[in-house]
Amino acid sequence: MPIADAPQVERETYLNKEYGVWSWLLTTDHKRIALLYLISITFFFFIGGLFALLIRLELLTPAGDLVQADTYNKLFTQHGMVMVFFFLIPSIPAVLGNFLVPMMLGAKDLAFPRVNLLSWYLYIIGGAIMLHCILTGGVDTGWTFYVPFSSNFTNTKFVEAGIAIFIVGFSSILTGLNFVVTIHRMRAPGLTWSRLPLFIWAHYATSIIQLLGTPVLAITIVMVAAERALHLGIFDPRLGGDPVLFQHLFWFYSHPAVYIMILPSMGVVTEIIACFSRKRIFGYGFVAFSSIAIAVFGFLVWAHHMFVAGTSLYSAMVFSLLSYAVAVPSAIKVFNWTATLYKGSIHYDAPMLYAFGFLGLFTIGGLTGLFLAALGIDVHVTDTYFVVAHFHYIMVGGAVMGYLGGMHFWWPKISGRLYPEGWARLAALIVFIGFNLTFFPQFILGYLGMPRRYYDYSHMPEFQVLNVLSTAGSTILGVGYLLPMVYFLWSMRYGKPASDNPWNAAGLEWKTASPPPTFNFEEEPVVTWEAYNYDELDAPHREEVPVAR
Amino acid sequence: MLNNFPLWPVQASTMAQHVDALYIFLLIVTGMVAALVFVCIIYFAARYRHQPGVPAEQIEGSLPLEITWSAIPFLVFLVIFAWGAVVYFQERTPPSDATEVYVVAKQWMWKLEHAEGQREINELHVPVGRDVKLIMTSQDVIHSFFIPEFRIKQDVLPGRYTVEWFHATKPGVYHLFCAEYCGTQHSGMVGDIVVLEPAQYEAWVNSGGSGPLSASGEKMFAELGCGTCHKMDGQGRGPNLQGLFGNPVQLEDGRTVTADENYVRESILDPGAKRVKGFAPVMPTFQGLVNEEQLNALVAYIKSISAPQPARAARAAAPAKGNQVN
Repeated sequence: MPIADAPQVERETYLNKEYGVWSWLLTTDHKRIALLYLISITFFFFIGGLFALLIRLELLTPAGDLVQADTYNKLFTQHGMVMVFFFLIPSIPAVLGNFLVPMMLGAKDLAFPRVNLLSWYLYIIGGAIMLHCILTGGVDTGWTFYVPFSSNFTNTKFVEAGIAIFIVGFSSILTGLNFVVTIHRMRAPGLTWSRLPLFIWAHYATSIIQLLGTPVLAITIVMVAAERALHLGIFDPRLGGDPVLFQHLFWFYSHPAVYIMILPSMGVVTEIIACFSRKRIFGYGFVAFSSIAIAVFGFLVWAHHMFVAGTSLYSAMVFSLLSYAVAVPSAIKVFNWTATLYKGSIHYDAPMLYAFGFLGLFTIGGLTGLFLAALGIDVHVTDTYFVVAHFHYIMVGGAVMGYLGGMHFWWPKISGRLYPEGWARLAALIVFIGFNLTFFPQFILGYLGMPRRYYDYSHMPEFQVLNVLSTAGSTILGVGYLLPMVYFLWSMRYGKPASDNPWNAAGLEWKTASPPPTFNFEEEPVVTWEAYNYDELDAPHREEVPVAR
Repeated sequence: MLNNFPLWPVQASTMAQHVDALYIFLLIVTGMVAALVFVCIIYFAARYRHQPGVPAEQIEGSLPLEITWSAIPFLVFLVIFAWGAVVYFQERTPPSDATEVYVVAKQWMWKLEHAEGQREINELHVPVGRDVKLIMTSQDVIHSFFIPEFRIKQDVLPGRYTVEWFHATKPGVYHLFCAEYCGTQHSGMVGDIVVLEPAQYEAWVNSGGSGPLSASGEKMFAELGCGTCHKMDGQGRGPNLQGLFGNPVQLEDGRTVTADENYVRESILDPGAKRVKGFAPVMPTFQGLVNEEQLNALVAYIKSISAPQPARAARAAAPAKGNQVN
């Protein structure tokens, strides 16, 4: 991309090295693949968002009067499938992780650049099948596609959606594999494990989950397909199968999948808080190992989705206890982030506002998780809007806030341009307000007893006020999400050129040009400093250098 | 719209009080934690905002602090866990002398059958102040029987019985929701739980019904010829079923199981699965020959010949009229 008013002479970057469609579609440059992912997941984010808005509009009135019941069921199913498998899971790892992991390690690229491109193509194939499924009739099983409804009762396109998810799962596995190998093998000289940015630790933990968890989902989909096609009795009780077995297998992946969404976001927020507090992260080792602890314990709590599903009393008790165990490392992170602010030198730039938003929303999401892990309360609130609110606080309030914060933080590095700060701060505020207005009323609705996935609540019109608030919030949230897309696009042409390190941030990615050259560094960096050496960056002789632009 | 704007659900069962107490405890604890974290964040963000010439003070971390803020939450979590487990244990353990109602779920309705013989659809009449146990199964997909005012919920599965129970404390009409997504009319699979004063309930019971469920079970038992093998004198080719229910059964493979609703059900549909010690595998399956309601009747009959409860049988022996399903 030629920059007309660039201050320096035209320099070769990963963006202007080659032009033309094929230079993008056949690229093996992790940074270009990151941008391919960015465009693809943004597309799916707005599709999933459109479904969400239609859901909220339907719920504005108790009667089912906007769409048909079957349409509504497809809307929430496809909202979930698109957002989970085609936006949230790839979001930070495939965009920011792809772009930053090699740069933070001082490497030229990921370990397997062609596999990286393959993962994007798998994503696109899976995405195309999903889109085809949606456009030619859609699917109404819920994103959890519980049997026997999905295997024997629905007459919508469940098989096609299953194939799409099966394929996109391999994209996720390959990304995880690439990160694990790269982090082990391609760190710059001097970049020991204890000097790694916590963003890398978070992605390492995420990759382990992707590698170990995703195949189980693939196997589960194959088993449902085999049962449909060959009438093997696996899940169907009429054939001697067990429908609860399906739920075990499904949640064995899908609970850890929540950590695939939230861990990278925690990594992003850690980088932002350190930079905008100008401090080393408080308790580096605890923050790093809590990521690994979450990845490990995350595999041991799946049946807490099934406390009323018909599992045994004692297995429920074990899974409740383990669920509290996994809450401890999350709590450790929140306390360490808070402690990092103490005696910092705090700047209120847009990335930090998103990080503050993350802290608030993730804390509420995490604390309401304690309600759901409490067996006696879970019986009442499971499958109600309480659960809907809880996981949106984690997966949207947490993961998406972190994603947007990271997009703002690294946008100068990615695009070589600065985004408009005023608009960005405004958008952060709008997202925060819109999010809370949308989802906080749903906690109250859930405790009142409103079940999820209800198209029509004319039997209980007393729930309308809270639903109206929620719908109002969702329109505000929609504006908050549209704004960054508009001003990021605007800034690519009209934004001020960014310096190599506009935030004066620590980390190897800031020691190369913005945007970086194709192989990231002119010469291989050698690391002689600890992570987050903000004291050195802010040493007195640098005192008068403005931190942001 | 605003006149009818509840923020807290009605408490109408003993369980509701237990669940709400734990919920309030959690609201207080998590509210305090959230307040602590948010006050710290806001205070630090304001107090330590960037000022030229004032550099950040680098702090490596603090082991005592890390241990404190790991251990204290964990101990609090243990308290919440234990309290939650106690409440759950009560929710999952029905009293043995509870009044029984059989529930059959199907897309998209609830069929309810009282042990006394009354049948209802999407409506359940129960007396205040008595333990009621629901023995539930589904004809098709997974459903979930949810009464928010009682704070209870249990998934209803095809191919097996699940159980939930309650003790209503306040007369009134409460919500019955299907809480597990079950297809097109999932949100239409709703109904009313009508809690009546004991006298009103007696009047309601006496106003209808087709004789006790166990009696129709007895009829089924005879029609299907079960008695030719399951003789009451113990001389048949099958085990004597008198006194069976609720007691341990020695199996051919050496295991011992308790004869509960699921055992009886499985033995009718898949007799070879848990064969009683000393008996030959001669019983045919009744899969496809009996529907869910007939199975419930058979289970109720087998129960009735194990623990005779004359009082209940007498009360249910009322003339049949109204309130009938078929």
